[in-house]
Amino acid sequence: MVNKTNILPGFKPALGFTLLYLALVVLIPLSTLVFKTLAPDSLLTWQGYLDIISNERVQAAFRVSFLAALLAAAIALVLGFVIAWTLVRYSLPAKRFFDAIIDLPFALPTAVAGIVLASLYAPNGLIGKPLTELGFKVAFTPAGIVVALIFIGLPFVVRTIEPVLQELDTSMEEAASSMGASRWQIFQRIIFPNVFPAALTGFAMAFARGVGEYGSVIFIAGNMPYVSEIVPLLIITKLEQYDYAGATALALTMLLVSFALLLIINVVQMLLRRRTSEMLAPLASVVAITP
Amino acid sequence: MNTHKLTKVALNDPVWVRYSLIAVSLATIGLFLLLPLVTIFIEAFAKGWQKYATELSDPNALAAIRLTLWVAFLCVPLTTVFGLASAWAIARFEFRGKSLLTTLIDLPFSVSPVTAGLIFVLLFGAQGWFGEWLRDHDIKIIFATTGIVLATLFITCPFVARELIPLMQEMGNEEEEAALSLGASGWTTFWRVTLPNIKWGLLYGVVLCNARAMGEFGAVSVVSGHIQGLTNTLPLHVENTYNEYNAVGAFAAASLLTVLAVVTLVLKSFLEWQQQRDSDSRAPSEH
Repeated sequence: MVNKTNILPGFKPALGFTLLYLALVVLIPLSTLVFKTLAPDSLLTWQGYLDIISNERVQAAFRVSFLAALLAAAIALVLGFVIAWTLVRYSLPAKRFFDAIIDLPFALPTAVAGIVLASLYAPNGLIGKPLTELGFKVAFTPAGIVVALIFIGLPFVVRTIEPVLQELDTSMEEAASSMGASRWQIFQRIIFPNVFPAALTGFAMAFARGVGEYGSVIFIAGNMPYVSEIVPLLIITKLEQYDYAGATALALTMLLVSFALLLIINVVQMLLRRRTSEMLAPLASVVAITP
Repeated sequence: MNTHKLTKVALNDPVWVRYSLIAVSLATIGLFLLLPLVTIFIEAFAKGWQKYATELSDPNALAAIRLTLWVAFLCVPLTTVFGLASAWAIARFEFRGKSLLTTLIDLPFSVSPVTAGLIFVLLFGAQGWFGEWLRDHDIKIIFATTGIVLATLFITCPFVARELIPLMQEMGNEEEEAALSLGASGWTTFWRVTLPNIKWGLLYGVVLCNARAMGEFGAVSVVSGHIQGLTNTLPLHVENTYNEYNAVGAFAAASLLTVLAVVTLVLKSFLEWQQQRDSDSRAPSEH
């Protein structure tokens, strides 16, 4: 593992190009968000920032975005766990097909997902019609946002839980069973603690993606201010009104809140891993994504 | 035989649990994934082939297709070179700040697409940092192809790197060191040893990157200005036609992007399988 005399060439050009590209394409553009806010001649004073953020319509949009993303990630977590479990543990016909199609939300452009979900859940749509008759209105309400975000979040959960279930050593379950544990006890004591950190990662990824999601949401949301307007849409609205300061303030806040939440979840995960480090060794590779 | 039976019993959930979990997961896959997929094509062909073909041969649709292909043609090679360079540096060498660099490469994943577009408007827009300079020199970035390319480069930045870094880390340096110590040059080693070993993973990253480059909506929507026939990519054309209540037009354009998504999924499964086969066949000779 320790390789003091690395004879491979190309370290400097490879690292140099990586840093230059990353700076030009990602870091410098992203840093404008901070500098626009902090610069002395900036569009934004601290008081101005507070005024923008404390605006009622802005606060409503934050509430809608975060609550919908939270609820959708929670539902995706449950459904995603069940899907991962059935795909790993049960024998199903056409399993490869089902497994492959899980990634559809990754591959399908969000605008396409948006229009098809909107037409399915619209009051005259294939799913919307029976739901409307039962008294549930989904499209053009906050519920529509949740539906779109479940679609977006599902593969994150399945793809983080699936490898952990595959790696899970079944001999523990066998041992527990032979000592008389019930299936439910085995789930509570063995399966759940092992899967929990990965589930948390999947949840966090689905949530983070959901908060920022735009394309799949705007068609189904109805976009009513105070009710079903999400923060990304409000950013675009402000931009279209040439309110650069407002758009920057919202984007920066969203970025900071997402980072803070992901940081908290990462710390929780680190504590969990430290507690059960041997059991969870295969997880290390899964956790890498969150910043 | 006896232990085998016990194993079976230990791992089997009760029948009712099994059936209800299978029902829940098939219903979820059916309602959330399969039904939307099928609906796109049903809606696209709702008024027959003729109408479908007319919608797609509309000049604005054709311009959108051309622009989308052009943006992907520019972005995918750049992201691929970046992915290769960063994977070579990160997976082959030890240096300080490596994990920070890995985190920074992943950064675009945690930024909202709308924010990704916004930052380029802040830099190059009329009121942006370089706005005045660009206007004086008659260069247009925002509301032009350049802006769309920049936003797409930002969004797709991690796609190839993320596939290659873990793959090359798992492979280890031994084969390349052997080639070098036998007298091969750096480039020869890369082309003859590294590339054959990572080819499936690399292709997989390129396929995912391409799908995102062609399908990106939020970031592109902010910088494009939605000028029909000029700065509308295919996803933006979908939005435009949908908002004009032209459902067949919107779903016809969407069907092209859906075919792209399905091809991406098929290639992904195939490439994952190839990669698996390659690493399985390599494993025994190493140990």
